[in-house]
Amino acid sequence: MDSINRQDGKRILDVTDLRTRFHIAEGTVYAVNGVSFHLNRGETIGVVGESGCGKSVTMMSIMRLIPSPPGEIATGQAYFEERDLLQLSDSEMQDLRGKDIAMVFQDPMTAFNPVLTIGRQLTEPLRVHLGLNKDECRHRAIELLEQVGIPDPSHRLGDYPHQFSGGMRQRAMIAMALACSPSILIADEPTTALDVTIQAQIVELVLGIRADLNMSVIWITHDLGVVAEIAERVLVMYSGFIVEEAPVDDLYEDPRHPYTQALLAALPRVDRRRDRHLQSIPGAPPNLLVAPLGCPFTPRCKFAFDHCRKEMPPIINVATNHTAACWWDVTTGKPR
Amino acid sequence: MTAPPLDQSTSAVVNLIPDELETPPLSLSQLTWRRFRRHKMAIFGVVTLILIIMYAFGGMLFFSEADSNHTDTGNALQAPTREHPFGTDTVGRDILARTIYGGQISILIGITAMVVELIFGVSIGAVSGYFGGLLDSFLMRITEAVLVIPQIFLLLVMARYFSQSIPNIKLFGRTFSGSVLVIIFVIGITSWPYLARIVRAQFLSVKENDFILAARATGTSTRDIIFRHILPNTSAPIIVSATLSVAAAISLEAYISFLGLGVRPPTATWGNMLELAYKYINTAWWLWFFPGFFIALIVLSINFLGDGLRDALDPHSRAA
Repeated sequence: MDSINRQDGKRILDVTDLRTRFHIAEGTVYAVNGVSFHLNRGETIGVVGESGCGKSVTMMSIMRLIPSPPGEIATGQAYFEERDLLQLSDSEMQDLRGKDIAMVFQDPMTAFNPVLTIGRQLTEPLRVHLGLNKDECRHRAIELLEQVGIPDPSHRLGDYPHQFSGGMRQRAMIAMALACSPSILIADEPTTALDVTIQAQIVELVLGIRADLNMSVIWITHDLGVVAEIAERVLVMYSGFIVEEAPVDDLYEDPRHPYTQALLAALPRVDRRRDRHLQSIPGAPPNLLVAPLGCPFTPRCKFAFDHCRKEMPPIINVATNHTAACWWDVTTGKPR
Repeated sequence: MTAPPLDQSTSAVVNLIPDELETPPLSLSQLTWRRFRRHKMAIFGVVTLILIIMYAFGGMLFFSEADSNHTDTGNALQAPTREHPFGTDTVGRDILARTIYGGQISILIGITAMVVELIFGVSIGAVSGYFGGLLDSFLMRITEAVLVIPQIFLLLVMARYFSQSIPNIKLFGRTFSGSVLVIIFVIGITSWPYLARIVRAQFLSVKENDFILAARATGTSTRDIIFRHILPNTSAPIIVSATLSVAAAISLEAYISFLGLGVRPPTATWGNMLELAYKYINTAWWLWFFPGFFIALIVLSINFLGDGLRDALDPHSRAA
């Protein structure tokens, strides 16, 4: 089935049954437990979920940036165009990183090398992948900085990261990711470390560039507001599983997984009465050191019943383009 | 009434563009220099060091190497006079000329031994710290094995073992005793473990930074990550350690030359000049005073320089 879908060329990334574990002194951390999703050309998907639910580890696994040991990608395929990223050799992967798939990291304050100039770091992918010479690199770097809206780029190239503000660094980081016009941009919580006004600018910037370059974007965040703004489709992750997947409007209007419902209920709303407290989800995320059995959300779920503890629910089509992994049908109030 | 002052204030605001308000940002080296020049002892060290280097290399203009090796047994063991300001040694060679040419060799040994130490220490430490695992354990056991043997014994044994087989070499139209090379190699190869450990520790911490992950995510090769990303971040302790090891190499050379296993005559070094002086400690003070003075002075000034660099390069001491 997957191969047919891949052949029509619409899907640029197709991940099936990805499982990533970390073998540490305390035991095995089950970080990603059979994640399957796809990304179409030119599409933006949002990946949401609370901290430690495996969003970043999933993307790092696809990029093959999981340190091994202790990390291990136990099973899975990740087809990028015609090639399985998980089967490529290290040098093929090195060739692909930053050129075809680029990443933007969460904290722009630490993602730049403090002893190298911005220009030097910005041009790194150009030298590595395109083999440009010094003048061409400089020229392109100025273009890139202009593209991400950094004023006076020719002077700024010689600056060190500490001379840039947080928002500017994130812009420079995005410029670096865009250097080789990648087909996929993975943005790992790129706005989390920034203040709200800068967040909005960064979101707008990426939206604009995505349209210009016809790039696919995977936007990892725990900010549901940002997702609504940028993504066409949303994956909800919990404890290393994708528990719900839907087009962004459907997800907000008609969440089918109890976790998604709880997550949306926890959002602050302008129209909520002021005397009511913000809702939170009782309990804590499960201990990832225990091999998952049954649905991981069971202990915190108000609909949980016996079956939930015994078997992980399969991904079920609940509506058009809308899937959820839950034994309980929240629309009818009955078990499936 | 209110309009003119308002105009003035707005024009004043417009004129104050940020670039003129801020002091221009300082680069890393400018910051380092600012902190370094407040360190008085370090400045003293640098000035003294420059004077010694000028003495050893500028002296070539006034005395030829032949002067320094010219024996005149009739004038042996003369106290300092106008003709021989530092006196003469047991075979009548001029000590002033010999401290000049000996100084060149001593400084040369110090610097090249440091380079040898850097090559071994940095590469072993870097590989060990970056790759970790079995390779790290293996390299660190070797490092410890070299560390547990007292350096002096190792030096003496190796100096004795290697010194017999190496012929004289000609360089820049001058002849050097082959033992100079042996000493450089021997000092370099016995001093790298400390540096290797420092570099390894630095690599272990720097490689965990986000910017290394970011560099890997842009497809940077492992070689570039090690040499272009991590190594520059560890340069401060390496520079300090390398500076101090020049002083250590100079005193080690003096030590083994004094014991008669170092650089062979006729090539003079401050160390082997001391060897000759040993028998005349009570009778001819000028034999040991001048070379000894230079050794003490250069070691002292390099150590001051190293201390100053340590403080200046430390990113945590931001007080400028």
